[in-house]
Amino acid sequence: MDIQTMILTLQKHWSDQGCILMQAYDTEKGAGTMSPMTLLRSLGPEPWNVAYVEPSRRPADGRYGENPNRLYQHHQFQVIMKPSPDNIQEIYLESLKALGIDPKQHDIRFVEDNWENPTLGAAGLGWEVWLDGMEITQFTYFQQIGGLEAKPVSAEITYGIERLASYIQDKENVFDLEWTNGVTVGDIFSQPEYEHSVYTFEESDEQMLFDLFTTYEKEAEKLMEKDLVFPAYDYVLKCSHTFNLLDAKGVISVTERTGYIGRVRKLARKIAKTYVEKREELGFPMLEEEESSHE
Amino acid sequence: MNKQALFEIGLEELPARFIDDAEKQLEEKTAAWLQKNRLPSEQLTVFSTPRRLAVLIDGLPEKQPDIEEKAKGPAKHIALTEDGEWSKAAIGFTKGQGKNVDDIYFEEIKGVEYVHVDKYIEGVSTEAILQEFKDVILSLTFPKNMRWGNRSLKYVRPIRWLVALFEEAVIPFEIEGVETGAGTKGHRFLGEEIILSHAGTYESALKGQYVMVDRSKRMEDIKQQLVDFQQSKGWDIHEDEELLMEVTDLVEYPTVFSGSFDESFLKVPDEALITSMKEHQRYFPVHQGDALLPYFVGVRNGDDQHLRNVARGNEKVLRARLSDAQFFYEEDQKVSIEARLEKLQTIVYQEDLGTLADKVARVEDIALLLSDELSVSAEEREHVERAAHISKFDLVTQMVDEFTNLQGIMGEKYAKIFGESDAVAAAMREQYMPKQAGSASPETKVGSILSVADKLDTIVGTIAIGNLPSGSQDPYGLRRQALGILQIVGEHDWEIDVTSLLDLVIDYYKQKGLGTVSEEQRRADIHDFFDARAAYLLRKEDVESDIVEAVLVSGVGHYPVTRQKAILLSKKRNDSDFREVHESFGRVLNMAGKAESSTVDSSLFEKEEETRLHDVHLDMEKEFRNYLATAQVEKALETLTLLAAPIHEFFDNIMVMTEDSEVRANRLALLKSIADTLYVFADFHAVQWKQHN
Repeated sequence: MDIQTMILTLQKHWSDQGCILMQAYDTEKGAGTMSPMTLLRSLGPEPWNVAYVEPSRRPADGRYGENPNRLYQHHQFQVIMKPSPDNIQEIYLESLKALGIDPKQHDIRFVEDNWENPTLGAAGLGWEVWLDGMEITQFTYFQQIGGLEAKPVSAEITYGIERLASYIQDKENVFDLEWTNGVTVGDIFSQPEYEHSVYTFEESDEQMLFDLFTTYEKEAEKLMEKDLVFPAYDYVLKCSHTFNLLDAKGVISVTERTGYIGRVRKLARKIAKTYVEKREELGFPMLEEEESSHE
Repeated sequence: MNKQALFEIGLEELPARFIDDAEKQLEEKTAAWLQKNRLPSEQLTVFSTPRRLAVLIDGLPEKQPDIEEKAKGPAKHIALTEDGEWSKAAIGFTKGQGKNVDDIYFEEIKGVEYVHVDKYIEGVSTEAILQEFKDVILSLTFPKNMRWGNRSLKYVRPIRWLVALFEEAVIPFEIEGVETGAGTKGHRFLGEEIILSHAGTYESALKGQYVMVDRSKRMEDIKQQLVDFQQSKGWDIHEDEELLMEVTDLVEYPTVFSGSFDESFLKVPDEALITSMKEHQRYFPVHQGDALLPYFVGVRNGDDQHLRNVARGNEKVLRARLSDAQFFYEEDQKVSIEARLEKLQTIVYQEDLGTLADKVARVEDIALLLSDELSVSAEEREHVERAAHISKFDLVTQMVDEFTNLQGIMGEKYAKIFGESDAVAAAMREQYMPKQAGSASPETKVGSILSVADKLDTIVGTIAIGNLPSGSQDPYGLRRQALGILQIVGEHDWEIDVTSLLDLVIDYYKQKGLGTVSEEQRRADIHDFFDARAAYLLRKEDVESDIVEAVLVSGVGHYPVTRQKAILLSKKRNDSDFREVHESFGRVLNMAGKAESSTVDSSLFEKEEETRLHDVHLDMEKEFRNYLATAQVEKALETLTLLAAPIHEFFDNIMVMTEDSEVRANRLALLKSIADTLYVFADFHAVQWKQHN
């Protein structure tokens, strides 16, 4: 099964479960979790079910397109179900079957793996799902987001698309994976992988990045004074990506690192709190919709 | 008394590391609960898999035993009014007991008559009591708990089903929207949901659904499969209890399988390959003798169908991991040691103690100070200097970044590759030894000096910035490192004693102006910290605390000697031949405290006994100290006993506190000079002598 079909299959599966199919969010980020579709929407009492593909940038993982397993940018298929349904594990396992993975012919396990993102003040408990020893999915019950208690609890399911595809297509090298109709990941991403690696490790302008970080941070702070949650959050994402570029370049010492993470966290917490307040001011509209639809 | 009850908590996959304790809790809490509820039982069996915790109670009665008891009420004079009527107190008491005044009789207790009624409490049915078992389920505690869905309960993982059976009947209760029933779930993929016909059929019914609920049987099963593999393939699979327990707690139905990897990966150091297999994938590495083979053994959660599929998948994963390790190994060899050392300047070691490069510079200085104190050759000194200088370069290699437990091990390999001498390379690994208390010490002199220097810097530095370990708080492992130092100086027979060693490093810190704790405070803290470590080691050898106190009177000193002293004194304290000796010492120590100086003027001696005592002391002292310096503790004590007879003669014939103040002071000085010598061995005063006649 090619990657395009995998994505279509997962979209169909989760759409059938009542998920809103979203598109990738248009700001650079390290993981699907950081999209406001997850991070902000999993806050507060409103139900929220969503699925989307998220291109995820991890500058430090760039390998000039030479490493068969590591990428500057990989793809995640992200699912959020809030509140987490009682049969969420079963729904997930059904999705593997839809991808042609018969559990009886493999060894599928849920191995404890708790997730924590101190920058976003977020933490959850769950597992990594192993398929014959390969971690193919991160499965998390959010407990805390932006320093706030997650209530109700969202289940977050994050498939590593390339990982899963390398298993399904039985390929050793990520660049040999078929995206669609004979077009490979290499055809699409080799050049960007190489160029982004050159940029990240050799060409990036450190001073400019330091300046950008400060600029983005100030902008986010300014926006928060006006309670403009979503734009402020975009600038936090920009801060985060800029920080990742600096970190990959190896120009942030351990102490500075703690300082930067602390600054982003402070902003994230404030945004989380304000988001919930604003939703409350609006009367938690999606909550009402849900309730009225049951009447 | 032969009824059975079964409770099963069906959960989403439990973390493997919690299961051992969860089983213990379930057993203990069930037993305590039964006792509290006056339910006798014959046997408790606990079961666990990643998806369930269960307990089977055997030998339950149909109902609680009935109770007949006497209830005591108010005294007779209170129970009856002046008119001979029952008082309010008496009526109230009988009501409270569910009786009436006609049931009252009197009985005398210690000469006073009291109201009594006979009470009969009929036992409640077991079935009714079992409904409260919910309390046991909710009383289980876990290191980490979570919420799920709209629920507010915090538990280890979401509860998905509950079985509660008394014989064949369902015991009804509910937890977080989950109702109890007779239905349980088999293996996720091979089994089905089934209804249990009776509590007692639990284990066998689930076996039919590919779930081995008995954890120890599951573990034995894996062990046996491993043995079969070893025999059929001629492999050695080293025993590994920890890994065995973890894989047992990751599967419901274990099937062992093997896979292989490309032989070319064997060029990567074994330690990295084994870490990849064990820590990351939970495989058992395969050896033949000591040689690692390009195979691995894993445990699948399922049957033996499609095993080749499973093995192939696992091989693929391992291949990716080993490719990473190989990549790191090759890449690391492209960056020189000097370039690595520069990188250390960018990594903070401790806020108040600078970067890793700063730490390395200190370790280098301290290692050279140590070399000056020990007899090392010029070549060894050079090796120490170089080894200390590059000691932490491997911390910034990709390999150690990925596999932190390989620090030092990769250092040795890379040092060799970069042309460092064998002595320097070995010291890279040896600096982290002993890894735990009692495990192997560095073998080489260079390695032991580096190891002690590194640990001393860590301990002195950490305490100097106010992070003295307390109680269970020892985040930097200072205690372990202090024990490591004591072990090394002992096994390597270092000439320098630990007390001077500490002062050396404390002085070095002072000279460098490092640390936040006051000079006086930190010196006391550090010495006390080591004294406590030495005391801990001695107590572990069953040395009693008075002896520990006696031998640590002036600090840890030369630890092996201190230890021998303690062992010797532990014997002598029971030896009646030693009585005269310690009594003589006691006489000296009692008086010596009154002295103001220990400078003896022999021209002031008036009596033969004082001259003689002084001469014997002068004669033996040098020899005594020599024996201690050469660790001949028994000889040293023997020499000390030469003082016993002259001491007794001195006290028997001389009045110390004489009128003449000069003579008196001189006699006290003589005693103090002897006491000083005695203290070199131990504080004999602290010992509780136990000689019997």
